[in-house]
Amino acid sequence: MSQTTKTPPSAPAEASNRVTLGWSNRLLARPEVGALVAAIVIFIFFLIVAPAFRSPASFFTVLYQSSTIGIVAVAVGMLMIGGEFDLSAGVIVTTAGLVNAMFCYQLGINLIVGAVLSLVFSLVIGFLNGYLVVRTGIPSFLITLGTFFVLQGANLGVTKLVTGSVSTPNINQMQGYSTLDAIFASSFKIGTVTVEITVLWWFLFVALSAWILQRTRIGNWIYAVGGNADSARAVGVPVKAVKIGLFMTVSFLGWFVGMHTLYKFDTLQAGNGIGNEFLYIIAAVVGGTLLTGGFGNAIGVAIGAFIFGMTSLCIVYAGWDPNWFRAFLGVMLLLAVMVNLYVKRLSTARKVG
Amino acid sequence: MTDTLAEHADPELSSGEPLIEMKDVGKTYGAIRALKGINLTVRAGEVTCVLGDNGAGKSTLIKIMAGLHPHNEGTMKVDGKEVSFSSPRESLDHGIATVYQDLAVVSLMEVWRNFFLGSELTSGKGPFATLRIADMKRIADEELRKMGVVVKDINQPIGTLSGGQRQCVAIARAVYFGARVLILDEPTAALGVKQSGVVLKYTAAARDAGLGVVFITHNPHHAYLVGNHFVILKLGQAVLDKKRADVGLDELTRQMAGGDELTELSHELQK
Repeated sequence: MSQTTKTPPSAPAEASNRVTLGWSNRLLARPEVGALVAAIVIFIFFLIVAPAFRSPASFFTVLYQSSTIGIVAVAVGMLMIGGEFDLSAGVIVTTAGLVNAMFCYQLGINLIVGAVLSLVFSLVIGFLNGYLVVRTGIPSFLITLGTFFVLQGANLGVTKLVTGSVSTPNINQMQGYSTLDAIFASSFKIGTVTVEITVLWWFLFVALSAWILQRTRIGNWIYAVGGNADSARAVGVPVKAVKIGLFMTVSFLGWFVGMHTLYKFDTLQAGNGIGNEFLYIIAAVVGGTLLTGGFGNAIGVAIGAFIFGMTSLCIVYAGWDPNWFRAFLGVMLLLAVMVNLYVKRLSTARKVG
Repeated sequence: MTDTLAEHADPELSSGEPLIEMKDVGKTYGAIRALKGINLTVRAGEVTCVLGDNGAGKSTLIKIMAGLHPHNEGTMKVDGKEVSFSSPRESLDHGIATVYQDLAVVSLMEVWRNFFLGSELTSGKGPFATLRIADMKRIADEELRKMGVVVKDINQPIGTLSGGQRQCVAIARAVYFGARVLILDEPTAALGVKQSGVVLKYTAAARDAGLGVVFITHNPHHAYLVGNHFVILKLGQAVLDKKRADVGLDELTRQMAGGDELTELSHELQK
């Protein structure tokens, strides 16, 4: 510490006092390390206690389960790095599917048109969330809590008005179904293993998010906006636009998973999706994202989602009562928050050496 | 004014050239008057010191120049053209860079990312353009070394640097990105003697490079070390506006402290 403060006015030109930190320090400063260690421990644990887990087929089932949460979690993680929350992310998924299904079924329109309409609708919701947050300065927790309840009520209310029940009619005979089913809900076989296409989409979105966060200007801005919005604004970062964009990213990926759910099951329950917003947040936090923003990365969030997928299925594989799953998730969350706090302190402490 | 300029004549920016001219500038927040009738000229190659106690209107004054709040009375000219900034970006585009006391940097981000924040080097255009990370690291390191700031690791979060070093990174950043006017908001307020010295040296260096510097402080001793022109604010109005030749440290201190009693005290503390 004392070395750092005693900066000589004229610096030596050579890199003699350049210190490369030890690998352990550099490793610990990465957000996803805690999650990775946890994932490996849990993986080995379930390999031992759940014999049914020891096959490639169940591994890919776990990946599929992870992807259904992981895709939206990618966006929620980015939003949280940007310093905001979105509690409406879970119900937006259902809203997107409902809009598509009911609009097309009632009016007899090609499903692709409905999917595009649903996309626009979702983006508008994301925009409204973001706009209200940056315009009013009210914490996003409250704004999106409001959106969450509005959408939750509207999902059920509108569905009942239109269809007379709380689920949408089956759409698998309609025009455009096969195209959308291929994009959002198909699967293919590699040997004996069935790979769901959402797994590939998930990997793609994680890679894209990782690239954006680390390698692009907008990524730099996201970290800055979440880390210190005033500083970011003072050096000319368009803070409001970045935040609105992040909310729209969440609603975009929410729409994406909504499409998957709709074309996978061909019909939707209007009450679906409630509670999932917490799973996204847990995946992000377990993956090393700071609740206060400015810290985290895409790989960590992906590992967080994988831990979710693994435990939710492996508890069943192990033959235990699946009700324990949520208790387990809560413990994971608490542990993750503590590890994050510790890692953050470690990585921002003055380095002497 | 001219005597100082003779020593620090600058070939590029013509010294003494007015960069920012404020005439009768005032600012009200609703029914609250924060600033009234401010006349201030920031000249190239000069340090204009704005002194004042807490709540005197210093922050409001720099926020007007930095584009955080537009003024609503009087006129402000930059390079002879009348302006009213509605965003920090506009102010930056006019070559006015502000280094804030507390919100200078994003502490969890690496030093080099902070250095280039808002002005990232990219290959290609648009927000999704790829960052030239290697170039940015190299330039940030070089520029900091030029200013005598040696960081252990350019990849470490800037929050791990000392307060003085963080200030210096912020100043180096402003100078590197072609600031013509540098506004320093209480740069020495939270620093120890040694670190204050480093920051004051950079302030002088920026002045000698021909920049117009606005130095906000409540410490007349620091101000007198680098200043060419002194303005003291009290309750939103200028109570003193003098060139270095016309004012001594004693008078500055007395005016700042608001009484002879406190002047004595400050002399005692000065020992």
